[in-house]
Amino acid sequence: MSAATADEVILDVRDLKVGFTVRAGRLPAVDGVDLTLRRGETLALVGESGSGKSALAMALVGLNRGPRTEIAGTADFHGENLLTARESRLRRIRGARIAVVFQDALAALNPLQRAGGQVVEMIRTHHQVPRAEAWRQTARLFGDVGIASPERSVRAYPHELSGGMRQRVMIALGLANNPEILIADEPTTALDVTIQAQVLQVLRDLQRDHGTAVILITHDLGVVAGVADRIAVMYAGRVVETGTREQVLFRPRHPYTRGLLASVPSLTGPVTGRLTAIGGSALTGVDRPPGCAFAPRCDLAGAGCSAPVPLLRRGTESGHLDACVAGGQP
Amino acid sequence: MTGTPAFEVSGLRVEYHRGGARVRAVRDVDLEIYQGETLALVGESGCGKSSLGRALLRIEPAASGELRFLGRDIGALRGAQLRRARADMQMIFQDPFSSLNPRRTVASIVDAPLRHSRGLGRRAARERALAMLERVGLGAEAADRKPGEFSGGQRQRIGIARALAPRPRFVVADEPVSALDVSIQAQVVNLLADLAEEEDLTVLFISHDLGVVRHVADRVALMYLGQIIEVAPRDDFFRGPAHPYGEALLSAVPTVTDSPGRERIVLGGDLPDPARPPAGCLFQTRCPHAVGQCRTDPPALREVAPGRTVRCHFPKGFQ
Repeated sequence: MSAATADEVILDVRDLKVGFTVRAGRLPAVDGVDLTLRRGETLALVGESGSGKSALAMALVGLNRGPRTEIAGTADFHGENLLTARESRLRRIRGARIAVVFQDALAALNPLQRAGGQVVEMIRTHHQVPRAEAWRQTARLFGDVGIASPERSVRAYPHELSGGMRQRVMIALGLANNPEILIADEPTTALDVTIQAQVLQVLRDLQRDHGTAVILITHDLGVVAGVADRIAVMYAGRVVETGTREQVLFRPRHPYTRGLLASVPSLTGPVTGRLTAIGGSALTGVDRPPGCAFAPRCDLAGAGCSAPVPLLRRGTESGHLDACVAGGQP
Repeated sequence: MTGTPAFEVSGLRVEYHRGGARVRAVRDVDLEIYQGETLALVGESGCGKSSLGRALLRIEPAASGELRFLGRDIGALRGAQLRRARADMQMIFQDPFSSLNPRRTVASIVDAPLRHSRGLGRRAARERALAMLERVGLGAEAADRKPGEFSGGQRQRIGIARALAPRPRFVVADEPVSALDVSIQAQVVNLLADLAEEEDLTVLFISHDLGVVRHVADRVALMYLGQIIEVAPRDDFFRGPAHPYGEALLSAVPTVTDSPGRERIVLGGDLPDPARPPAGCLFQTRCPHAVGQCRTDPPALREVAPGRTVRCHFPKGFQ
């Protein structure tokens, strides 16, 4: 990375590891991940169940700390390592400078508190603002995220709002203190496509207006294609490929990325009556091979695949990295 | 595409009560499902597609309407007669984590419908169950294990084995791959398509995922607020739905090959409360093309081309 762009990096993650102690042993949920996030960009963390994408994001804001969790590595946020920051310090960062939007708004919102009241509380936890002013800000935010009749909706309880509206409340909650980073964990997965399109539009507009950097965690490559600037593809706790949206989606190198893209049923092109599948299933248990975790499912796997694989730079395109020893070539 | 109807539905209405209000989940549906075809039933959450599928199998009671399966009126069947008829009509559920009894072995889950509905003896039922497990790619060694030992994709294979073991003629698959990862989803969709072909099954494939539907369906039926609003052969539907809701739905699907400038129809508003449906066309509150007539006159489902019906006063391409 050149010196000219280095100052734009607002989050620099190095060799992040998250291990959970489970009955069978130590589960390496995140197994040495490097990531950089620049101001105002959207970085999509793409992966299937158990790939470690949520564990990674939760570790950044200290939401999965505990006696059964081991976290190692660094996550540099303005010179401060988030992974070793004290909980009291994280509480001041979370919700103010780094906010998280969860998938399931119904579970994440307090059912007994008015939707607007939860946003007011979020604002007043971090800023000394008179209550009446916080309610006015909240109504403005509700309008910004496209909630109909915001003055009335702030008084509604979560169950009185539709799924799409609740998800917007979650986004309003995330944006309440104008954070530098918004971590959105499957923000539209529970929504129907027509509502999803509305919510993604809201996210895009807000990002443009506020310059917020977004870490979007999703399994939906269609969503990624619409909003991401850069993409990191995760498999079994590791990033197997990273690059710009165009590099990863249109010139994928890693066999897993290619397989994943091929298995998305397309709305254009020929219909053969069959979908392209990746055989086998993902490694999600405690035992991991020393080499490439995708090798057991990979058509290109050879002897070299059992050696440890670093994230390598290959080819001529800057910033496009992949972790295939064969470089995706048979 | 036409053929011999395996399933004929007319005037089907499903209702439930919510806080004193009567909610119509399925509104006077007329539908034919042809022998050997896969008909996809698509629409967003709350549109009534699951209620319709369950009503066809007599899992959910119908408030009114007629159900004919292979020429026979099954709406009035009771007790043992209904149980026997059910062996010919099976269901594959969405959630492979909650639709299998965690305490039973896989073999006993798969052979239960064989013993109860087909009247097979213990040994014959187990033999058929083992063969079926083999066929769905699990192998006979899966037989004596419990569902908890399997991944989501494997559990859905168990669900398929259970549904198809009695050799049904008709299967309702309700979002059978929605809970699965995309790389696994393809395996299960392909398995289902192969089995449907081998067994000459008639399938009602309920899904909100138009990408999957495009690859498995022969015809598409679109639902909105309890009504069927368009029925079309697969290719015609994906070339361009005649109903404005279908058009918006298709354009809202995010795809990998999207250029950032792809034209999207972003519908305003939410699905109306089914207990208080709007007057006129049920879609008029969100329709970008609605005019005066749409706010007062409910459109009928009418044929606009052979094999193609639509419920709209101004169907796209047929005016």
